[in-house]
Amino acid sequence: MQKTYQHQLPDFQSRKPLPGPLRALARIDLILIFLIVLLSGFGLIVLYSAAEQNPSIMIRQSSYLAAAFVVMFILAQIDPRHLQRLATPLFVVGTLLLIAVLLMGFGAKGAQRWLAIPGIPRFQPSELMKLAVPIMVASYLAKRTLPPKLKYLAISLIFIVVPVGLIAKQPDLGTSILIGASGLFVIFLAGVSWKILLVAITAGVASLPGIWFMMRDYQRQRVLTLLDPERDPLGAGWNTIQSKIAIGSGGMEGKGWLNGTQSHLDFLPEGHTDFIIAVLGEELGFLGFLFVMMLYLMIVSRGAYIALTADGMFNRLLAGSITLTFFVYVFVNIGMVSGLLPIVGVPLPLVSQGGTSLITLMAGFGILMSINSHRSLMQQ
Amino acid sequence: MPEYLHLNNPITERRLFNGRMLVSLVLVFLMAAGLIARAVYLQLMQHDTYATLSDENRIRLQPVAPTRGLIYDRNGVLLADNQPSFTLVVVRERARNLDQLLTDLQGIIEISDREIARFQKRRKRSGAFFSSLPLKFKLTDGEMAKLAVNQYRLPGAEVRAELVRNYPLSELTTHVVGYVGRINEREIKKIDPIQYSVTNHIGKTGIENFYEPVLHGKVGHEQVEKDAQGRVLRTLNRVDPVPGNDIHLYLDIELQRIADKALEGRRGAVVAIEIETNGVLAMVSKPSFDGNKFVTGIDSKSYNTLRNSMDIPMFNRAIRGVYPPGSTIKPFIGLAGLDAGVISYRSKVRDPGWYQLEDDERYYRDWKKGGHGRSVNLRKAIIESCDTFFYDLSFKLGIDQMHDYLARFGFGGRNLLDLPGEALGTLPSRSWKKKTIGRSWYHGDTLLAGIGQGYFSATPLQLATATATFANRGMTVQPRLLMTVPGAGWPVLERSRLPDVVIKDPADWDYMFKSMEMVVHSPRGTGRRIGVDSEFRIAGKTGTAQVVGIRQGEEYDAEALEERQRDHALFVGFAPVDAPKIAVAVIVENGEHGSSVAAPIARKLFDGYLLDRGTSSLEPDTTQ
Repeated sequence: MQKTYQHQLPDFQSRKPLPGPLRALARIDLILIFLIVLLSGFGLIVLYSAAEQNPSIMIRQSSYLAAAFVVMFILAQIDPRHLQRLATPLFVVGTLLLIAVLLMGFGAKGAQRWLAIPGIPRFQPSELMKLAVPIMVASYLAKRTLPPKLKYLAISLIFIVVPVGLIAKQPDLGTSILIGASGLFVIFLAGVSWKILLVAITAGVASLPGIWFMMRDYQRQRVLTLLDPERDPLGAGWNTIQSKIAIGSGGMEGKGWLNGTQSHLDFLPEGHTDFIIAVLGEELGFLGFLFVMMLYLMIVSRGAYIALTADGMFNRLLAGSITLTFFVYVFVNIGMVSGLLPIVGVPLPLVSQGGTSLITLMAGFGILMSINSHRSLMQQ
Repeated sequence: MPEYLHLNNPITERRLFNGRMLVSLVLVFLMAAGLIARAVYLQLMQHDTYATLSDENRIRLQPVAPTRGLIYDRNGVLLADNQPSFTLVVVRERARNLDQLLTDLQGIIEISDREIARFQKRRKRSGAFFSSLPLKFKLTDGEMAKLAVNQYRLPGAEVRAELVRNYPLSELTTHVVGYVGRINEREIKKIDPIQYSVTNHIGKTGIENFYEPVLHGKVGHEQVEKDAQGRVLRTLNRVDPVPGNDIHLYLDIELQRIADKALEGRRGAVVAIEIETNGVLAMVSKPSFDGNKFVTGIDSKSYNTLRNSMDIPMFNRAIRGVYPPGSTIKPFIGLAGLDAGVISYRSKVRDPGWYQLEDDERYYRDWKKGGHGRSVNLRKAIIESCDTFFYDLSFKLGIDQMHDYLARFGFGGRNLLDLPGEALGTLPSRSWKKKTIGRSWYHGDTLLAGIGQGYFSATPLQLATATATFANRGMTVQPRLLMTVPGAGWPVLERSRLPDVVIKDPADWDYMFKSMEMVVHSPRGTGRRIGVDSEFRIAGKTGTAQVVGIRQGEEYDAEALEERQRDHALFVGFAPVDAPKIAVAVIVENGEHGSSVAAPIARKLFDGYLLDRGTSSLEPDTTQ
């Protein structure tokens, strides 16, 4: 510690204070933004093919990306301490909005996810909770001695279960899994003992039949379909079968960009949204897939580095949770498209078409950058 | 523990966090490795499998139906062709809501509940994905316009054009040409599933049925790229179907029309055979029906009307109707008597109007009360159709010889080369009676058979065939319908035919020809009515066959009998006598008199065939 301190001290003394706009720019993590730009640029190329070269989809996605970068840039400027202070109000407001969604929200395909409040654009409160929950849990546990005592653990779990339950009721299984994961990551990183973890996992497995009982019919179908896609090849199993064919037929080098038959002949459903990795696998092959996986792992590694080197427990917990949740996106999406997991609506981060979840993701990266750039200020 | 002792220990907490973070990272990399392993499995190890599946997904081998061969008469008159017909089909997978779609369609055009029910039946049977199931056939222009206007709100409903068999002459040719109909489940088991993969119709009766393999053609196929909805995007490769062969029949539609018209309003049949070629010139069975109705499925009401009609219009009397041949059999028996040596030209019989066997008190009556006179020889017996002479001759000939001679002319057997469903009739014999009736043969049976009554029955076709063979001086005629299959080395079908009828003294033919000629061309002949103004010499024999047996001692009273119990009128004949070209058999059910009802019909056919009809009537009638 001492050694680091000595090393850092002259460094900051030698540097002149930067002018305002440049200081703002300096908050951007160059490695992270390089990886993000590379990935989202690559994503646009895949999307161009997956969306049948539809210009309006491309324009919309580019504007979402631009907006998301702005959000990231803004969040990178906000001192994490403000976030910690805002944790409770954010969480309370977010929870109330979730209740409002259940009461007066609207949406499609039998799910209520959107909320329209006069004066502001309609939005999904669940997106807000993707950040509000880890901030809340991290903020709560950071104030306690770690590893947390059972009582604080129980309270943290309530912070997680309430919003997750409300979102699952919409129903939005994908988002509730992601939010639950983000909260649980905080608890895990906070050092909850392995003994408790083991008990929790055992209890979780034991309650599986109960969960099965609570699931809706279409959700059960998805699980059954995962176990045996051939049981309903034209119905529930269609997506999985066709996406596996798309990926498998790509081979090492793929059929070539814009040349995927599975995607362009409509065999592959949702090719430009949740199933975009199948288009990538079909057209760009194993090499393309590997390239994207490498980018994801590098982003996760960079996030992990920021978490490990962050100052203060709140920052570390939050950065760790954001990073690991990002990977959960990737894992759940690719897992479901390649037939390892049941089908839940989780987009492939930075590649799938979609606005709101993209903005939330980039907001998360903004927080990561803010945590990274505000690290040394505390020590100044 | 007191509250103030709760001091954070940044170093242990950080170590704890770092440990957890590292564990997480290890897990992340393991899971990422899992995903990559999955990609390796799908993309590298199972690549061939999935590449094949992908191609199977998009490339379909789509069969292309061949066009059915056309059927013409001998002069090129079209008897069966294919006409575009528009069918409303439904692809259930493309419909948002099938029941709603059906309701919507019913609101736009008329679709009966029966059509809906049939559609539902087809729907349950068909398991194929994205197959189009017919809902309504033969759309009118108006219906098509209504559907086109509403197309946008009817996803799943489409109008398909298909070629549908059409019989321009309808009732005139149905019994010969037959008709095609939708392939039923029994037929599906018999046909080649590949050749018939896109064929909906198959020959059900007549020529359509018999020459199905010639008419059908060979299925073609094309490799097409399809999208998930089954829409064809482009054709990658195509092997054209081979259209079915056209068929020309010996049938002369002008003669057919003459016969049809002559039988108008009656029940009966006419068969005319061209002796030189063995070709069937005309084959009419009345009443007839319209085969077109069966092509796309007849509605049950019309079908029941046809089926339950007392006139049985769907029954082809010409080849399936079995009638007692009556006196038309006499020339054959007479020839047999001469050849067997039981009578000679000079043999005479006294005819009091009845015949009696020894030890049998039963009277075998002649049709003519009072008889044909003191001395009746064979010629006179033929000319005047004397029953008594033939009772005597039959008795002398015996049933065994009678059976053998008649069998050589084709009675009791199959004759026609190329139509399905020919009936055999009954040529009775001792063994036949023993087997079917269980009694032994009596002399009385022989007498009745000798005048074409009793157990004896034959089809109009058998009578025409026997007459043709007779006119051909014993050289067997095997009637046939197929004349040529142009452009195809289609081997003319042959079936073993009966051996020629060889008699000891060919002069017997001349004697019989002359006798039959005198039936028509002598003042006492039963058929004299048609010989009076004939431009050529006709040989013939009239016949009257009892429908119900007249009991002993009862008088025959035509008026008292119901119309359907009246005698059948028959006539067989050929012309011209010196070089026979055409042989004809006519049966008019309940027509009573062969001479006045059946013979004139034959005369019309002789005229139609032998006289120059002028170009106007020979002109192929293709406009219909």
